[in-house]
Amino acid sequence: MPQAAAPRNQGLSDLSRERLRSAWIFLFPMCLALLIVAGWPLMRSIWFGFTDTVTDHIGEGDFIGFGNYLSSKTLPSGRTIYFGVLVDSEWWNAVWNTVRFAVLSVVCETALGMCVALALNASFPGRGIVRAAILVPWAIPTIVSAKMWAWMLNDQFGIINDFFLRIGLISHKIAFTATDATSMGAVLAVDIWKTTPFMALLILAGLQQIPNDIYEAAAIDGVHPLKVFWRLTLPLVRPAVMVAVIFRFMDAMRIFDLVYVLTPNSSATKTMSVIARENMFDFDKLGYGSAMSTLLFLILLISIILYLRIGRVDLTNDGGR
Amino acid sequence: MPASVKTGAFYLFIAAIVTFAVFPFYYAIITSFKTGTAIFDISYLPTSFGLENYLSVLKSGGKALTWDDVFHFNISGFPLNFVNSVIISTLVVCLALLIAVTASFALSRVRFRGRGLLMMTILSVSMFPQVAVLPGLFEIIRALGLFNKMPALIFSYTIFTLPFTVWVLTTFMRDLPVEIEEAAIVDGASPWTIITRIFLPLLWPALVTTGLLAFIAAWNEFLYALTFTLDNAHRTVPVAISQLTGASDHEIPWGPIMAASVIVTLPLIVLVLIFQRKIIAGLTAGGVKG
Amino acid sequence: MSEIELRNLRKSFGSVDVIKGVDMTIHHGEFMVFVGPSGCGKSTLLRLIAGLEDITSGDMLFDGKVVNKVTPKDRGIAMVFQSYALYPHMTVYENMAFGMQLSGNGKDAIDKRIHEASDMLQITPYLKRLPKQLSGGQRQRVAIGRAIVRDPKVFLFDEPLSNLDAALRVATRLEIARLHERMHETTMIYVTHDQVEAMTLADRICVLRDGLVEQIGTPLELYERPQSLFVAGFIGSPKMNFLDGKYAADYRATTIGVRAEHLEIGAPDKGWPGKVVHTENLGADSYVYADLGTAEPVIVRQNGTTRFDNGKAVGIIPTAALVHRFGPDGRPAAA
Repeated sequence: MPQAAAPRNQGLSDLSRERLRSAWIFLFPMCLALLIVAGWPLMRSIWFGFTDTVTDHIGEGDFIGFGNYLSSKTLPSGRTIYFGVLVDSEWWNAVWNTVRFAVLSVVCETALGMCVALALNASFPGRGIVRAAILVPWAIPTIVSAKMWAWMLNDQFGIINDFFLRIGLISHKIAFTATDATSMGAVLAVDIWKTTPFMALLILAGLQQIPNDIYEAAAIDGVHPLKVFWRLTLPLVRPAVMVAVIFRFMDAMRIFDLVYVLTPNSSATKTMSVIARENMFDFDKLGYGSAMSTLLFLILLISIILYLRIGRVDLTNDGGR
Repeated sequence: MPASVKTGAFYLFIAAIVTFAVFPFYYAIITSFKTGTAIFDISYLPTSFGLENYLSVLKSGGKALTWDDVFHFNISGFPLNFVNSVIISTLVVCLALLIAVTASFALSRVRFRGRGLLMMTILSVSMFPQVAVLPGLFEIIRALGLFNKMPALIFSYTIFTLPFTVWVLTTFMRDLPVEIEEAAIVDGASPWTIITRIFLPLLWPALVTTGLLAFIAAWNEFLYALTFTLDNAHRTVPVAISQLTGASDHEIPWGPIMAASVIVTLPLIVLVLIFQRKIIAGLTAGGVKG
Repeated sequence: MSEIELRNLRKSFGSVDVIKGVDMTIHHGEFMVFVGPSGCGKSTLLRLIAGLEDITSGDMLFDGKVVNKVTPKDRGIAMVFQSYALYPHMTVYENMAFGMQLSGNGKDAIDKRIHEASDMLQITPYLKRLPKQLSGGQRQRVAIGRAIVRDPKVFLFDEPLSNLDAALRVATRLEIARLHERMHETTMIYVTHDQVEAMTLADRICVLRDGLVEQIGTPLELYERPQSLFVAGFIGSPKMNFLDGKYAADYRATTIGVRAEHLEIGAPDKGWPGKVVHTENLGADSYVYADLGTAEPVIVRQNGTTRFDNGKAVGIIPTAALVHRFGPDGRPAAA
């Protein structure tokens, strides 16, 4: 017989209390570590962006507000000149390089990854070997990949120049990594080579979660394979692809290693990470460089928020117990 | 389109993928066996099998490395870089796993307010651009006197190994059946006992996989290693390879570079191939299921 | 003494009320079965008694002492789970020893208790094996053995037979009944959705529906004197036949219920006229479905094999004394 009065909530049992207490104790080392290693340095780095700190004298910077970002000086002639990252053409060049790289690499890697994943999803003799083969690029350290490809792309002794010449694609040898027109292409080639396996594996995992009966029903209904892909496979694998894309995009926006080692000092490939570090440690301008890295951080933060909102992607899958 | 043409095209595609994937490494291997001017002859197939490049890379203190040197820790040059990388990556991974195991238990098995937010925060830390924390890390490392010392890298690498291991372990722990935990509760096990005597024995394959993936990430790291080390004695492998110089400023020692690349990559490839299935499971747990 | 009393017990998960006010007393040494359709809250109730879920409001008393917040291990309970929940990486022996080791018992004491239990359940040959080397039935016995070793005052079973196939279910049911006879000082609470298990194992049955108690009583009480339409229809297989309209009016009730075993088939001019629409022959009994023109056909039980052609006109005769009369509120009608 249900009571009319609202039942009073008694609170937690000893068991629940014990588990909660343990949970906080268990989380403490991780939270502390992350605070020390990530939280504090990030705050300090953002702070440095508001100072004119010089790398060699790190404790002696003065607060200059948004000076690194945008400041102005009016000359005696009455003309105003602007300084700061936001009007630094090198910075915007880096931004453009980074965005260009990120979009192109993610699009290519997703499309190629999808093709590879679809191929691996089919069962054929030797599938295991193919899967092992595509793990090779992923396993090779980025720097090593850069060196291997630098050697292959070498303008005098590189095998790629040789091959393209032989098949008539080019008429003379090209210094791929040193020419502005081709250096971004070189970087993209290496990145696509290295990362497509990762995308392919993530997408493959998504594909394998699609139950087989759907395809069997479609086969019985006589649906054209292209339509099957478009209307069945693609929507069902979309969550996996969306997650893979955002992870890849974030990684691509942060890229440093490959660009630094394969195409050093090339203005056609210098990314935001590269130019930020250059300012911090080559030009000794820690404050200015920090402003750049903070902007990079903000761009990434906004990108992911927008992506999650618009794409309605659930990253934590926190529906569990 | 007749079936045979389709199958033919399919296998052609597969062959293209495999070739594209493996060729650069294959080419590095055959280059590493060439010595002297043979390097400058372009060939698609192996032509020689000299080990000179390897010997030049494995020089320690100006001469070839011997087992004696190893046992007396009298190592320098590239072998030292290799040892540095091994030590740093191993220590970082052990540290991360130690902290992550208990944290993942809390995140996967105990309901508490703010859990989702904490998970998102951890995820976002792993998305930090490394360069965005570089100034702050530099300051701390300088202040602690760790510049150009190994602890500097162990300290900095935690920023990406810890979130990653927590994330992946949480996913694995979530998959353990509730009833086993409840049976342990009825038996009188405390959360710590549950972790150590029930979950860890069941999870150790996952620990190995996670550790391996984190190890590879630490092994690979370049930016912090470049910025926080000064001399060769403290460099790790990626930085060492990027800075291998030849006899003169304009001569790039491609032979030794390829040899070093092979030395560094072969163990990784072997490990990855052995643990393929587990690695793929770990990667997809982190990336797909969330 | 292991008497359990529930007073106005409630459990909510967030805004969802699962247990809406349960009062009952479970007697010392009794075998009590919680039965009901899925979602009625029987498992939740069991877990509240175990201490695996927090009580939202109300009280729970073990032997007169309030245990609302006490942890499971301090309640003197042991639990057998539906999926056995054996620790996969431990041998049978280690599984059974785990609880006692945690409470600091000596090796000899543990060994003695394990062998007592394993002898009782005939699992001694398996003590060194891992769970994955055992069959479903063997695993279930190990799960029971692990619970026995705890020497509990209250034994909790959460649908332990659901994962077993039919033949194994009957055999294990017998073992559980024997267990109850041997451990008659231990209170046993058993959850199932299968009313046959309930009828055969229980000293008393508690029928739950939608978070509330419908009726508590011995199996026979529930069978012979159901206090609601729901209980009448839930207990007994096949389901009781319900008729309303003029059939019920003849008995001065809104609805009447009569079991298949209390009906007979006679000539079309005797009893309720109808047509045979289906026959099921099970060997020992058979069931005849007759359409009386009501919403559902009436089921009649017959001994042995029956042959009726579909469409044959028959008369259905109830045993008057065994017709259950229900009023408009679904409760038994006044005499």
